[in-house]
Amino acid sequence: MSSKKPRNPIGPLDYGRRTWMRLVLLGTFVFLYAPIVTLVAFSFNDSRRNIVWRGFTFRYYEKAWNNSSLMEAFLNSLTIAFFSTLISVVLGTMTAVLLWRFRFPGKAGYEGAMSLPIVIPEICMGVAMLAFFSRVGWPAGLPWPLNLGAITIAHISFSFPFVTVVVRARLATFNRELEEAAKDLGAGEWQTFKDVLVPHMRPGLIAGGLLAFTLSLDDFVITFFTSGPDTLTFPIKIYSMIRFSVTPEVNAASAVLIAITLIMTTLALWLQSRAGDQLGDSAHG
Amino acid sequence: MAERPVILEVRDVYKRFGGVAAVNGVNLSIREGEFFALLGPSGCGKTTLLRMLAGFEFPSEGSITIDGQDTQDIPPNRRPVNMVFQSYAVFPHMTVFDNVAYGLRVVNTPRTEIDQRVREALALVKLEGYSSRKPDQLSGGQRQRVALARALVKRPRLLLLDEPLSALDAKLREAMQLELVKLQKAVGITFVIVTHDQDEALSMADRIAVMESGVVRQVAPPGELYESPNCRFVADFIGRMNLFSGEAERLESGTLHVRTEQLGEMQVPHSRPLSGPMHLAVRPEKLRVSSEPLSEPLFSFPGVIDAVVYYGSESHFYLKTDAGPLLCAIRTNPSRSGARPKRGDRLWVGWAPEDTLVLAE
Repeated sequence: MSSKKPRNPIGPLDYGRRTWMRLVLLGTFVFLYAPIVTLVAFSFNDSRRNIVWRGFTFRYYEKAWNNSSLMEAFLNSLTIAFFSTLISVVLGTMTAVLLWRFRFPGKAGYEGAMSLPIVIPEICMGVAMLAFFSRVGWPAGLPWPLNLGAITIAHISFSFPFVTVVVRARLATFNRELEEAAKDLGAGEWQTFKDVLVPHMRPGLIAGGLLAFTLSLDDFVITFFTSGPDTLTFPIKIYSMIRFSVTPEVNAASAVLIAITLIMTTLALWLQSRAGDQLGDSAHG
Repeated sequence: MAERPVILEVRDVYKRFGGVAAVNGVNLSIREGEFFALLGPSGCGKTTLLRMLAGFEFPSEGSITIDGQDTQDIPPNRRPVNMVFQSYAVFPHMTVFDNVAYGLRVVNTPRTEIDQRVREALALVKLEGYSSRKPDQLSGGQRQRVALARALVKRPRLLLLDEPLSALDAKLREAMQLELVKLQKAVGITFVIVTHDQDEALSMADRIAVMESGVVRQVAPPGELYESPNCRFVADFIGRMNLFSGEAERLESGTLHVRTEQLGEMQVPHSRPLSGPMHLAVRPEKLRVSSEPLSEPLFSFPGVIDAVVYYGSESHFYLKTDAGPLLCAIRTNPSRSGARPKRGDRLWVGWAPEDTLVLAE
């Protein structure tokens, strides 16, 4: 017995060391990421068709870069996402603080109505937006970037509830004595909000903002119903390109979008973990 | 203590939440430089009272006057009062220095003055050299010192402490008790502390108010509170107590004749006339145990030891007297060896009549 090497048996909750669990995990990752990897790989394919590998090239990135209507759609998307995120974060945060802080008649109903855009089918939202903007006679043909107004408003309306949900979850961990401490030390309402509540909410603001940004950037259905011929966004432009032929140019454009999303997510996660280090002990202070 | 000016006057204060009165007609006056404790079981209204002093709650009725100024409708940020919170509420995203400086910055104190006052406050709580640390790099005791420095740097007229030691472990708590008292004497600020821990109140406060269900039962210095409680609740709440109920019969030249239910007729020194149902009480450490009957004028009852609880420095003996009542006697353990009474031993237990407390029903 004693001469044997010490064995390290698999514990009952040690799922990570079981073969079948590892296989399931591997299968999941392949299923999830293989299409994305393929898409990125074929963006470097030196062929007009996307089926056979013919060698490496940057040609289609160059082509995408020089495709002025694609770049315009891309710029539109970024502009819409920027304004939509900004306003969604402000609106969503205000809503979250309101729901967390106050009790008022009809609060439950308000809460339900507010989170409706999260659950409502996008196609319904899209049709509703179309009907709304035509009914109010939203002016068409405004100069850039005012012509993006309708799409931006539509994006805000479905993005801000997500910000609210995220920020509210963060607020649930807030120690209210911090707020009282600030007031006790002489701070007014606004100073307390700015110096104590906002720093606590920061990870939620970042996460919510990021969510709003991605939601806006890749939204297709609702945008499709609210965009006009002169207000193409990136996803809609790609869709129209695919209708003619699936060239590596589409792959290249998509790969750029994936790269942007990846960089932003990493940045947000990094910011959040840094904020988490600072705020981690507030709950058990 | 020399008569110092009254700094805080609480007059007929009621606080009702819905239909429930958390504070039910409290009167207090606290003098400048006092270390005052609000003591009571949880739910007795002591924290509500403290929060009214800080301005987080407003009284439903009555007035709170600080430094001669009525505090009606003055919000917390404009009261000359600062608080140390139970959770310390140290701002987690600020350094120690910024935490302490916060209260000065929000009222636009000049920078050089902030630097100097923060440094003084940190020296006062022995946290020099920690200025640039974040709260998560501090221990619980250190975080509490930050909270203390943050409140003291404002030079409040009144410092409120809400259960400040409850989150610390026993050793640290004892050290902090001593330190808080020293600090209070050094800065000369009036402290009002809320606690449910009688040891904390007895060891630190100059005066203690014992509260029960929204009412102040007794206000007295620690010694008086312990040795002369004015009612059954205070007697029972502070320390341990042997209580017997009885009937006061007559008062004769400074001696009250009491007929108790189980221990027969007892005569105890007492001055005020009293009649009807009442309680007699005696502290466990005032009991004497002996293998023979105790001589007059001591009370003396035979009994059997029912249980012995050993605490190291002392032992608690539970004696079942032949007459009925179970009495608790506390003996210190003065030597390492030596026979101590054990369970089943037959003994006599008694006490001096003047150690008996007379409590009206």
